[in-house]
Amino acid sequence: MSRTIIINFIRFVVLIFVQVFLLKNITLYNLSIPYLYILFILLLPFEIPNILLFVLAFVMGLSIDAFYDTPGLHAAACTLLALVRIIFISLTVQKDGFDNDPEPTLSVMGFRWFLTYATILTLFHHFFLFNLEVFRFSEIQYTFSRFILSSVFTVFLMLVTGLLFFRRKERK
Amino acid sequence: MRNLLAFITRYNAFFLFLIFEIGALFIYVKYNSFQKATFLNSANEVTGNLYARRQQLESYLYLQDENDRLARENAQLRNQLKSSFYVDTFTRRKVTDTIYKQQYQYTVAKVINNSVNKRNNYITIDRGSKDGIAKGDGVICSEGVVGIVSFVDQHYSVVQSFLHTDTKVSAMLADNKAVGTLLWADDLDSHKALLRDVTNNIKPHIGERVVTSGYSLWPVGIPLGKVTNLHPKTGGFFLNMEVALSVDFNRLQYVNVVTNKFAKEQAGLEAQQKKDE
Repeated sequence: MSRTIIINFIRFVVLIFVQVFLLKNITLYNLSIPYLYILFILLLPFEIPNILLFVLAFVMGLSIDAFYDTPGLHAAACTLLALVRIIFISLTVQKDGFDNDPEPTLSVMGFRWFLTYATILTLFHHFFLFNLEVFRFSEIQYTFSRFILSSVFTVFLMLVTGLLFFRRKERK
Repeated sequence: MRNLLAFITRYNAFFLFLIFEIGALFIYVKYNSFQKATFLNSANEVTGNLYARRQQLESYLYLQDENDRLARENAQLRNQLKSSFYVDTFTRRKVTDTIYKQQYQYTVAKVINNSVNKRNNYITIDRGSKDGIAKGDGVICSEGVVGIVSFVDQHYSVVQSFLHTDTKVSAMLADNKAVGTLLWADDLDSHKALLRDVTNNIKPHIGERVVTSGYSLWPVGIPLGKVTNLHPKTGGFFLNMEVALSVDFNRLQYVNVVTNKFAKEQAGLEAQQKKDE
């Protein structure tokens, strides 16, 4: 239990650092902006209480907002992401079958499930994020291309991260 | 109550989502000046657009009033033109203030009846003696000379159109100031006229402008048309030439009635001279 907390805390800090000091500077053609930090919310354990999930998502979003100078923007998107995560997991996973606080990682859940999971959650998050950021419908075409390309980039980075920390023996 | 609690705990994710989302959006709108501005402005984008549309429609409905207003303004501006003032040099010696005394006065009128295809055409306008129009006043529009007022009632006047066998306008060629008489051509074409009695010694060219001479009802320099065809009758005393009229009589909407304040004086003087002969 305490191990889970420590791992997630480290993940929280590392992802914020990566997001703020590395990915913030990476923008492909001013269109594709990766937001890898949502991986933290994706990888929280299955058994986490809803209220804790929302609080953590909100705090994560606000921390990113603090660095991006957009108070509330990422927090709102992350809150939506938390809701989508709860719905998605309740639809696809039987919680009772797990023990030892398994997490929805690539190595635990398999490639296909993780890809669907990451793609759908990223799409929701990015769609909400970009539209809230632009806040008008007149530039919908530009916003849409940014949303799609950024989602592709983010999901790609998530898969790379998942493969980097792949542990074959974890499934017990 | 228990059911309500059960409902909330059953769907706690959604209620938690609502609480956090509202909190985040509240922070977002409150602390981001851009979104704060556009939150109101995006509403204004819609309403503003609607207002602009309505204004467009309304302005179309008021076109008539606007036209009237502009025509009135034109008449007013013409009143201020230098050419509508009579140079009163004699008075200048006595009263140093006034150099100009108004000779021509313009009154705007709307054409309410018009014809172009008869041998003798008349135009009816919606101004009469009440508005200071008198028989014999000249009538012009922005393109040129229209005719002469022939009958005046209290509110309406009948204008003897230029397209009338009896209408003769004292005209001159704009470049060499040769004076002649312009009258309607014989072939009932509402765009053509005949300039007669120009002395033989001048050489008019095609395309030369024909304007009023200032000898009769109209101020000098009101456009009449352009020379289109010369009839060089060698050996005669006078030149005749064909003139394309600048006024399109088919689409006459607004005219200005020109009141020459000294016309009576001039006519009386000339009549006396005729009597003496």
